[in-house]
Amino acid sequence: MSKHLSSGARAAARISQRSPLALRRRYASHPPKARLNIPTDYGTTPLLHHTSKSALANQELSQEARNGTTDRKNLFQAINDALSHALRNDPKVLLFGEDVAFGGVFRCSMNLASEFGEDRVFNTPLSEQGLVGFAIGAAVEGMRPVAEVQFADYVFPAFDQIVNEAAKIRYRAGSNEGMDCGGLTIRMPSGGVGHGALYHSQSPESLFTHVPGLRVVVPRSPTQAKGLLLAAIASPDPVIFLEPKILYRAAVEHVPAEAYTLPLSKAEVLKKGNDVTVISYGTPLYKCQAALAAAEKDLKCEVELIDLRTIYPWDKDTIMESVNKTGRVIIVHESMVNAGVGAEVAAAIQEKCFLRLEAPVQRVAGWSTHSGLAYEAFNFPDVTRIYDTIKNVLDY
Amino acid sequence: MASKRIITALGRNALAQGTLRSKTRPGKCSNCQQRWNSVSQKQGSDRVQFPGAVNSRFSTTLRFERATEEDAMPTYRILDQEGQVVDKEAAAPDISDEEALKLYKDMVTISIMDIIMFDAQRQGRVSFYMVSAGEEGIAVGSASSLNHKDPVFAQYREHGVFQYRGFTLDDFMNQLFATKHDTGLARNMPVHYGSRKLNVHAISSPLATQIPHASGAAYAMKMQNQQNPTEEPRVVACYFGEGAASEGDFHAALNIAATRACPVLFICRNNGYAISTPTLEQYRGDGIASRGVGYGIDTIRVDGNDILAVREVTRRARELALQDGGRPVLIEAMSYRVSHHSTSDDSFAYRAKVDVEDWKRRDNPITRLRKWMEGKGIWNEDKEKELRADTRKAILNAYRKAEKEKHPPLSAMMTDVYAEPTDEQREQMAQLRKIVEKYPNEYDVSSFDGGVDGLDLDKR
Repeated sequence: MSKHLSSGARAAARISQRSPLALRRRYASHPPKARLNIPTDYGTTPLLHHTSKSALANQELSQEARNGTTDRKNLFQAINDALSHALRNDPKVLLFGEDVAFGGVFRCSMNLASEFGEDRVFNTPLSEQGLVGFAIGAAVEGMRPVAEVQFADYVFPAFDQIVNEAAKIRYRAGSNEGMDCGGLTIRMPSGGVGHGALYHSQSPESLFTHVPGLRVVVPRSPTQAKGLLLAAIASPDPVIFLEPKILYRAAVEHVPAEAYTLPLSKAEVLKKGNDVTVISYGTPLYKCQAALAAAEKDLKCEVELIDLRTIYPWDKDTIMESVNKTGRVIIVHESMVNAGVGAEVAAAIQEKCFLRLEAPVQRVAGWSTHSGLAYEAFNFPDVTRIYDTIKNVLDY
Repeated sequence: MASKRIITALGRNALAQGTLRSKTRPGKCSNCQQRWNSVSQKQGSDRVQFPGAVNSRFSTTLRFERATEEDAMPTYRILDQEGQVVDKEAAAPDISDEEALKLYKDMVTISIMDIIMFDAQRQGRVSFYMVSAGEEGIAVGSASSLNHKDPVFAQYREHGVFQYRGFTLDDFMNQLFATKHDTGLARNMPVHYGSRKLNVHAISSPLATQIPHASGAAYAMKMQNQQNPTEEPRVVACYFGEGAASEGDFHAALNIAATRACPVLFICRNNGYAISTPTLEQYRGDGIASRGVGYGIDTIRVDGNDILAVREVTRRARELALQDGGRPVLIEAMSYRVSHHSTSDDSFAYRAKVDVEDWKRRDNPITRLRKWMEGKGIWNEDKEKELRADTRKAILNAYRKAEKEKHPPLSAMMTDVYAEPTDEQREQMAQLRKIVEKYPNEYDVSSFDGGVDGLDLDKR
């Protein structure tokens, strides 16, 4: 690998000598001879709807949405669209967080303060425990607050409010009806972005899946983001909504224009297959897609790809049905392998599909380290590691 | 000096708002302060106009501002320790005899229940208890100035708020004994009361977490007050001790309440101790009140043993909180925790018994109001004896009744985690039922309503 790196660096140096304007961003480059670890081509990936027709064919959409039109949107625009629908359709919806009023540092709340007023879309002081606690208080008095934490890496100051309060309020209120904070949604950008290093890369979802009372959702695309976010806002339970920030601008597709919801706690089979099941959510799905395309070509196999979508409470039925069919399974996520979402999914599969398994359940995930700046390409699951794991489970 | 400081702070805010109001662009929210719009430095100005401090005067004297004990914010009172009105010139306390009697009876009820339940815990009848001795005046007095519909967020030593709002002795006992009639469904430790009917949110153990909730709920009130102008406007009341005020949530809550102009009353019970920690180890400023001013919040300190003063301060604070579309107010009510922290604490391990006895004897909210009522001729020794005997009897009746009740059905262990039980939960309850049925001698289901059948999640 070091050879690849140094030749990559030489290539970059050559380019920079030729034309200073065409400087290669070294942190975004890939090895020149790579066949597997090449950047995702969002313009051609089958995981995105490249035509209006394919976007509207989605059986999960409401009839109204399916009869409507589509707009090409990236993920931040789809989020913005969902927030706009939510604010328009329910006066109880509030949107706030740090720097939300001017449109947000990722542009997700663009124009919403001017359209819906500064009483409903506003900045809070820079305090995650404060703004999440504030959101819980508004929710227990009947509002539907959508709180934004600027990066998932900064949710930890609010951990007490989320774990001890948001998740437990309905339970401790008992039969005192309406004293819950089910109207609450907490949005946060998460996951690797190429150069986010320690505090702009984390995927803390498994920390929330260990907390009864929360729903944890990660969308993979603009269409999914819109439908799942509207479902999260409408949900009677508090929802942690993690938005893969690398997809904000990169993933562009046709998104139904109407307001629609997609089901929570329901996985989606993205591609049918009989030999191996690959389970993931969020950004790594694109790597999985690339890996299985190469594997199917090279190894003459059929891989089934499943997007968990809701990480907790998760859709065991869809997963078990697939594994019972394929007998081989790989779980892929960016966050550290130990006690990650993959651990829970693997353990449940082992309990439910023991007699059907033909290879050990595999996890391709972040290594047991932090997200160091220069090392991201070696830390997070890439196409090669997923490809290699598919190969290994087939050979087992 | 302290009051001067408040005035300066208020003046600074008014000035800031005034400056900004004139600069507010049409179509912009007038409540939203936009300091970053402050004008750039004028030539020859005697004031700084940085965006972060728009009206600070220049000085060539290098002086650090220092809080000293002489600066302590004054403590408002109406009655002295003998139950006499201190300011003879002032109008008589604005309270009917009937209301004064209610306040008194509520305080006495709480204090007798405390003694009985403290002993009950000592005998192992309930798992835990916390008394509110010495602080009955703060809870009952402030509650009496709130509207019944004002949402309340409490810490755990505010039994008087529940009592004043109409929590019955049965309600208290059902929670303490975790019976099937406990609206909290026997999930919370004793003293963690909550009531939808009375608009008091269920108490949780983590300290100070309720303070930002109160800010958010007050923002909801503000929005709802705007949307329903025909209904009586509401504020939120939030209680916490001086120890909890050291938590980050206190800071977060006061700051966001100020910036979002939320109609919320922050009521701090400063009773001198957080378990064993005296206030000297809790903070070095002028109590909690001095901090309110720093957040731009109108603040007052009141004698918490003077229920009439607490009542009056809360009434005025509530009016203030509703002005100009809403604003937070901080009340620091001074008292002394004459009891142990809880049944798990022996406070004589860290403070002298003689001090506690002295406080009990010298001054407490109950005897102070009693002396005032006796001075008015509406109370006497006979009435006192009768009230105490009747109250004790009523509490013991509720106690005995609750003690015999069953716990809720075992399904309550699993419900209300989500709005609807998940498939995983249903599966787990079925597993648990199998185990309980397979090993009947290992589990006592008889004290739960419905016994083993209570393990059915769908029966509810």
